[in-house]
Amino acid sequence: MSEQTTAPVAPPARPVEPAAWKRWLSLDNRYIAPIFITCILVGGHLSFGMLESYQKTALAIMASVLADLVLGRVFFGKWPNLASAYITGISVGILVRSPAFWPYVLCSVLSITSKYVLRVKGRHIWNPSNFGISAMLFLAPETVATLSIQWGNYLLPMMVIWALGSVIIWRLRRFHITGIYVLSFIAFAFLRSYITGSPWQSEIAPLTGPMYQLFIFFMITDPKTTVRSKRGQCIVVFLVAFAEFLLRLHQVVYAPFYALFIVGPAAMLVEMWMDSRCAPAASMGASAGASA
Amino acid sequence: MKQTRTARIIVSILFVAMLAAPVLIKWAAVRHGGSDKAKLDAQTALARHGFYFEEVSRSAGVKFVHQAPTLDPQLAPIMPQVASMGASVSIVDFDRDGWPDIYVTNSGEGSKNALYHNLHDGTFKDVAEEMGIADVNRAGTGVSMGAVWGDYDNDGYEDLLLIKWGRPELFHNEGGHGFTRVTELAGLPSWVNANTALWFDYDGDGLLDVFIGGYYSEDVDLWHLNTTQIMPDSFEYAKNGGRKYLFHNLGNGKFEEVSAQAGINSRRWALASAAADLRGTGHPDLFIANDYGVSELYFNDGKHFHDVSAQTGVGFSPKSGMNAAFGDILNDGRYAVYVSNISEDGVLIQGNNLWLPKEGTSGEGLKFENLARDLGVELGGWSFGAQFGDLNNDGNLDLYLTNGYVSLDRNRSYWYDFSKIAGGNSIIIIDAKNWPAMQGRSLSGYQQKRVWVNDGAGKFINVAQAVGVTDTYDGRAVALVDLWNRGVLDAVVANQKGPLLIYKNTVTAENKWIEFALEGTASNRSAIGAEVTLYWNGQQQRQEVSGGSGFAAQNDHRLHFGMGKDPRLEKAVIRWPSGKIQTLDHPAVNQILKIKEPA
Repeated sequence: MSEQTTAPVAPPARPVEPAAWKRWLSLDNRYIAPIFITCILVGGHLSFGMLESYQKTALAIMASVLADLVLGRVFFGKWPNLASAYITGISVGILVRSPAFWPYVLCSVLSITSKYVLRVKGRHIWNPSNFGISAMLFLAPETVATLSIQWGNYLLPMMVIWALGSVIIWRLRRFHITGIYVLSFIAFAFLRSYITGSPWQSEIAPLTGPMYQLFIFFMITDPKTTVRSKRGQCIVVFLVAFAEFLLRLHQVVYAPFYALFIVGPAAMLVEMWMDSRCAPAASMGASAGASA
Repeated sequence: MKQTRTARIIVSILFVAMLAAPVLIKWAAVRHGGSDKAKLDAQTALARHGFYFEEVSRSAGVKFVHQAPTLDPQLAPIMPQVASMGASVSIVDFDRDGWPDIYVTNSGEGSKNALYHNLHDGTFKDVAEEMGIADVNRAGTGVSMGAVWGDYDNDGYEDLLLIKWGRPELFHNEGGHGFTRVTELAGLPSWVNANTALWFDYDGDGLLDVFIGGYYSEDVDLWHLNTTQIMPDSFEYAKNGGRKYLFHNLGNGKFEEVSAQAGINSRRWALASAAADLRGTGHPDLFIANDYGVSELYFNDGKHFHDVSAQTGVGFSPKSGMNAAFGDILNDGRYAVYVSNISEDGVLIQGNNLWLPKEGTSGEGLKFENLARDLGVELGGWSFGAQFGDLNNDGNLDLYLTNGYVSLDRNRSYWYDFSKIAGGNSIIIIDAKNWPAMQGRSLSGYQQKRVWVNDGAGKFINVAQAVGVTDTYDGRAVALVDLWNRGVLDAVVANQKGPLLIYKNTVTAENKWIEFALEGTASNRSAIGAEVTLYWNGQQQRQEVSGGSGFAAQNDHRLHFGMGKDPRLEKAVIRWPSGKIQTLDHPAVNQILKIKEPA
């Protein structure tokens, strides 16, 4: 009568695949971050009017995606996966605040281009949006600031983002980076409070804002621009927090961006240098073994 | 391979060019906007912009310097920013001699407010003491934050409503010879920490009512704090500010507080308010600019106020609203609303808002869009009071903006610490003791003012320096008024902990003008809410008599219109608050028309 009443035929042996619904729910890790950041954007805007202009955010995303498509094709002869460009564009759209339109385009294109131009031994060494935003803040302070909206300064949205972000970063096996940074920031906040006499609450305060949420979940954890070893990642992110501490002592408003801008590439270069030192030794050792 | 290398070289060059782009854009902008750096040259300013200002307060006999309050010692570390308001200015002809006078508030404990009587010869005399409205800042009663004038009993003389961080006061004008305090009789509350108030006849009964907007909660006595948790609970959606009051005039010298019944229940941190009939209903709608949050717009149906902030578009992105002023800047008979906010290079760029009615929307479906950037009036530093007025009589409303928050040490800024606390959670920022000490640092201090000239083609150009507005005091309130009945708008500016400035205007004689001094009969006698639409050369401009606008300010009740060269003045249509329509055909230019509402 129907296919369901037909006697089942034993299928040929093959690897067991998850059910379709499971496959559908099992997202490629590459898409988790873009989805998360999109949720932040939509939720932030609907609840707190986070974006003053849809057009500017859309412009930043489009510029970023277009630049990545063109440069990826030109440099590597293939269309790149656009998840990274999307994150860059949306980060620029959220973090950059300017009355003009051009900074959104310029920041996005600058960020993506840095990925292709500023390369050492085939690896780009700056987190793209960190590079773009730092450059714009440094070069065009009269036109560009970063996000001022703070999720209403309310506790609940902050907790939701922290919880969701932590789960996602845990799944991506990079929670240790975020965790070490947060702990280091808090420790340095108390130290700053001791040194400057400012209330410790005011030193902790920035950590609760959305700028930091984007910073700690998306920028400092970027797999492409962090060193490979887990121990190295912990050391580097501690150094980022330390550099930020020094910059904050000098009252630099955008200390976290500049700290990552300085420490991130330096760490990458050190790692490459160490790799290059190990590689000849390893190859000599291999030769020696062969000869023996 | 070779192609890739070539591409890499080209992209690298482009990359360097992009890094250089912001610097080049800034350089080009400086070159393009060079006129603002120009020093005053009167003849050049007249030729180029059609007017120039001279600061004449000293020669006019005005030597008023504002004093700030000293609040509870627990606020000492951040006192300069907490005690950063109170300088206000309002224009009134208190003795009906046909010459505008100036009332200014002071905010030091025991300091005196001043009423500068216009002596008609270019000078003023402070008569506040003898009139009984000087000594209003006694310890224990709070200190002045603003004043607005309206004839609440329709006896022909403007009465004074004084708002304070403390006890609000109502003074009845005794025929221009003195003032009697009638606060208790009127039924005003014992304590309101208010920074904005206005007179308007919201229900059209011919009696002026009062709106007062609270800033700090009315439970807070800033001189005797029970707690330091008095700061906003959010920098964007704070709702722990002062309550709002709507006092309905009962006609017997008493007022009834009806805000809840009328639908105004906000506890946002109001800093400015203004009322105008935005929909042509004959009822004034109410706009409130809030600090630490979104603005509010209430449509008034004559009995109730309906919060339409979100649906009209003005109540979404939270900023730091500090000004509310209406102006028909496109000469299309529709009001734009100007709201000032904060912009500081490299730190915080909120941008001021210029809300214009969206094309194709009107009535209940009225919507606004922010065109401040498009029209060139977005960036004004830490902006405070602003007013629209035709400064060069060319037929287009210009915009005068004052700014600057706390000017202390020029070389040390508090912005780093301010940005740090601003990002904090509500449990941190609500408590003043968590705020870093200012330690003598400036916060957006010593700023250059903006005088934006409307070119009539959709752009405003800043000419402040070129026309002689060169002060860098911490400006708060601006009032525009034809002080000497010359057919030009002078500007009076109240500065926090600074002098009262009088910018005397000189306008090219080629441009014609007309002014309307209205007096209601069936309507309230101050004619607040009366509207004049002037038709000339195929265009029209609408203005409304205001009971308070800008920041802590009130312009002259007389309406001033410029018309440019050789205008063909067709008619002036007056719509009185009572609903009567009066048309004046072909009135002569260059005159002050005194019009009484027809029976």
